[in-house]
Amino acid sequence: MTDASADNELIVDTGRPPMWGFTVPMIALLGGFFGFLTGNTSDYGLIGFLIGLVYGGAVGFILNSLVPNRTAGRWALIVITAVVGFLLARWGGLVAGAIVGAVVSWAAYWIGRGHYRDGVPIYATGGQTLWHNTYLFICGVIFFFLIAPILTIIPLSFNAENFFTFTPEMLSLDPEGYSLKHYRDFFNTDDWQSAMWNSLKIAPMATVLAVGFGTLAAIGLSQPHVPFRQTIMAILISPMIVPLIISAAGMYFFYSRVGLQGTYLGVVLAHAALGIPFVIITVTATLVGFDRSLTRASANLGADPVTTFLRIQMPLILPGVISGGLFAFITSFDEVVVVLFVGSAQQKTLPWQMFIGLREQISPTILAVATILVAISIALLTTVELLRRRSERLRGLAPS
Amino acid sequence: MSDATETSGPMLAADGRPLKASLNRALRRQKLRALMLIAPLLIFILVAFIAPIADMLFRSVENRIVEETLPRTVAAMDDWDADAEPTPGEEVYFALFRDLFVASEKKIHTRLGSRLNYETTGISSLFRQTGRDVEDIAEIYEDQFDDLNENWTEEVFWAELMGDPDWFAEASTTEDGTGPDFVMKEGMEDRLPMTAEAYRTFAEFTQVEDEDNPVGENVWPLVHAMLYHDLTGNAAVDGYTGFGSEELQAAKEAAADFEGVDYKQTFLDIDEDWGDPTILGTIKVYSPTYTPGYFLTAVDLQLNPEGVEAQDEDQAIYIKLFWRTVWMSLTITFATIVLGYPVAYLLSSLPMRVSSLLMILVLLPFWTSLLVRTSAWKVLLQQQGVINDLLVWSGLINEAGRLVMINNQLGTIIAMTHILLPFMILPLYSVMATIPPSFVRAAKSLGATNWVAFWRVYFPQSVPGIGAGSILVFILAIGYYITPALVGGTSGIFISNRIAYHISSSLNWGLAAALGTILLAAVLILYWAYDRIVGIDNVKLG
Repeated sequence: MTDASADNELIVDTGRPPMWGFTVPMIALLGGFFGFLTGNTSDYGLIGFLIGLVYGGAVGFILNSLVPNRTAGRWALIVITAVVGFLLARWGGLVAGAIVGAVVSWAAYWIGRGHYRDGVPIYATGGQTLWHNTYLFICGVIFFFLIAPILTIIPLSFNAENFFTFTPEMLSLDPEGYSLKHYRDFFNTDDWQSAMWNSLKIAPMATVLAVGFGTLAAIGLSQPHVPFRQTIMAILISPMIVPLIISAAGMYFFYSRVGLQGTYLGVVLAHAALGIPFVIITVTATLVGFDRSLTRASANLGADPVTTFLRIQMPLILPGVISGGLFAFITSFDEVVVVLFVGSAQQKTLPWQMFIGLREQISPTILAVATILVAISIALLTTVELLRRRSERLRGLAPS
Repeated sequence: MSDATETSGPMLAADGRPLKASLNRALRRQKLRALMLIAPLLIFILVAFIAPIADMLFRSVENRIVEETLPRTVAAMDDWDADAEPTPGEEVYFALFRDLFVASEKKIHTRLGSRLNYETTGISSLFRQTGRDVEDIAEIYEDQFDDLNENWTEEVFWAELMGDPDWFAEASTTEDGTGPDFVMKEGMEDRLPMTAEAYRTFAEFTQVEDEDNPVGENVWPLVHAMLYHDLTGNAAVDGYTGFGSEELQAAKEAAADFEGVDYKQTFLDIDEDWGDPTILGTIKVYSPTYTPGYFLTAVDLQLNPEGVEAQDEDQAIYIKLFWRTVWMSLTITFATIVLGYPVAYLLSSLPMRVSSLLMILVLLPFWTSLLVRTSAWKVLLQQQGVINDLLVWSGLINEAGRLVMINNQLGTIIAMTHILLPFMILPLYSVMATIPPSFVRAAKSLGATNWVAFWRVYFPQSVPGIGAGSILVFILAIGYYITPALVGGTSGIFISNRIAYHISSSLNWGLAAALGTILLAAVLILYWAYDRIVGIDNVKLG
């Protein structure tokens, strides 16, 4: 159904758009766009645009008619444009030039060889093709919107200056512009270190409580006959639904009454309560497909209920328990609203310290901490994904 | 087993019991076992989470402080009708004098002052000032009793007069500490009722709060004032023959000639605000144990002596804040639909291998700390931040024209849309993944254009996903605190920020609780709707 690629000799002609009517003007426009941006940095936008037009048009024509080897063509253009960039603006120009070269050469082959019709049926009109590609482009922009803010702070955390933006040294890839000083700050400042240790003391305890109570309750909830199942479920899930500020306010009032406000135990209890819905949800999900005949078979073979639980049920729901635990851990580890109110200065956690840092004495150490936290999130995300797949394989569901 | 019902007599189980009873018993055991497994967590949640929420609901109407601090005034005011007479009679001011004296000794009158100051400004300073002056009123009596007989300012004399002989014997020999708990002499409460009450308050306060022995502490001048009123009133001291009876008799005769105090006039001299019907009316209106006052304030009304009326325009901020919270949450929800729908559609239409790779781009922000994402936006959106630098560098804007994208509503909307977008994409995706592609193909083969096939066939099937995602995002958005606090400035904050302000800065906990209760009610209604549309059991993570 999809349009033929270049190696299908029979319909190869239908895939290629007209060279002078389409390919060259399109690439020229793209080149003009980059030229305008480049020229604009030194107030010669129009001249840049014209140079870009010529550059793009030439690339579009030369690559498509003279360089049939796609890989060679793309590398050649990347190198050439990078060298031009280097001559204009040193190392930063080199990187920018390489990027422009990569984009323009990709676009030249993509348009010139008709790959832009790959996603649409062969009978699609020009408008439909345009719409399809615009749609893909929009999706790309949204993905960029999702991920770019997180990726931006990573290089910024290596900033040698106390700025929150890219310095000229950083842009020209000068090693002087980069340093580990914010990471050193993080590891050498008492405030940050005690905050980190507090987080590491609170989160695991809260996780243990949440997983212990939560797993038992999830097993109970998945029994066939549970009275008031809906009501109980609604109560157990409620900490996830009630806005954090309301939980925080209530806990602040109530824990002050009973003397838990400002204590380690109070924060742990509060965080365990917040993490429990996640444990319930993940463990219940693994129990949904649980085959009850396995426990019956085990009992039939003479195992007592405890042995059945430990040797049959537990290994099967373990992935769910662990990912529930990770959710509970990250809930507590990232939580700031409740700890702000329930905790006192002795329980100051990492997010709390970040919150203060962002509100008052804004310091780039926060970016170093943020980068470390992103690394932790990636590790946790990977673990949860692997566990989910393992669980689905164990339960005989198709992996997804 | 259909033949079971056809046998005559009840079907029996192996142990000889009727099968029905046996099955019921097994079912009960099963239910009990399930409940036993759930019970620990249920109790935990009830104690650690539901009880705090209930406490907050309770605090939003609770108002015991007035009644506890000014018990006699509250009782005396019952008979006062502000419409009939602008200021109450002498007995209210007399009660106020007694209450305020005790309160200022306990240093709780300022707390009540700041509580009532939320309702009528100026009460706080009035209470603080009057608290200092009531002591002087009482000393008028103390001095006159002192002139009569110096015993009346001797703490040991008072202790022996008022206290039970056994208690006095033990307390007067105790060197350190508070001594034994105070015991009133028998009959004293009948003879000198007000004096006995004042002395008991003094003795108990000395022992419990100050942790001192009443035998060794200066008696409050209030006790002298009460003694004067008892003696000039109908005190039955004639039949009293115990310790100090002579002094009492002498005092009774002399007291008739003592200089008395016109309490109403004295209070008006301290501050003419004490004659202001609004001030006294406020105390009266807020005297019940439970008050709707906090809720009325939360919706920009106020409870006055004259009834419920609208708040002054410059103080009417809460309705506006609620609306802002709602419309900004709606904007954010709408933005997440617009951004999430194409992405979810793409993810559900791509082959699994590609889509799970792209899914990582959605899940990574989902797993990343909220503060990391908020700080990222702070870095990006600042005036000296990355986006502005990029725009200036590329020449699209000039140095002076740097865009203000943070510390306003725009900043909050951008950052929160980014933070909540995964919560829209994930439910949308899970719904879209179940829509069979053959429906759209069938529509097209029947002659529908791409647009008609999408709009009439695909889109209606994806609406449940939009509903689920929207409610989820909206619930999360209206309760947000951290992000608006960091990137919202003053114009982009939510009702949550105001709640936090009242808890930690203005200390108006009742109002914070009332605002929280309203917010909670809104969320619970949405939660209920979510449960009806999606089901709580169907919440999926990752």
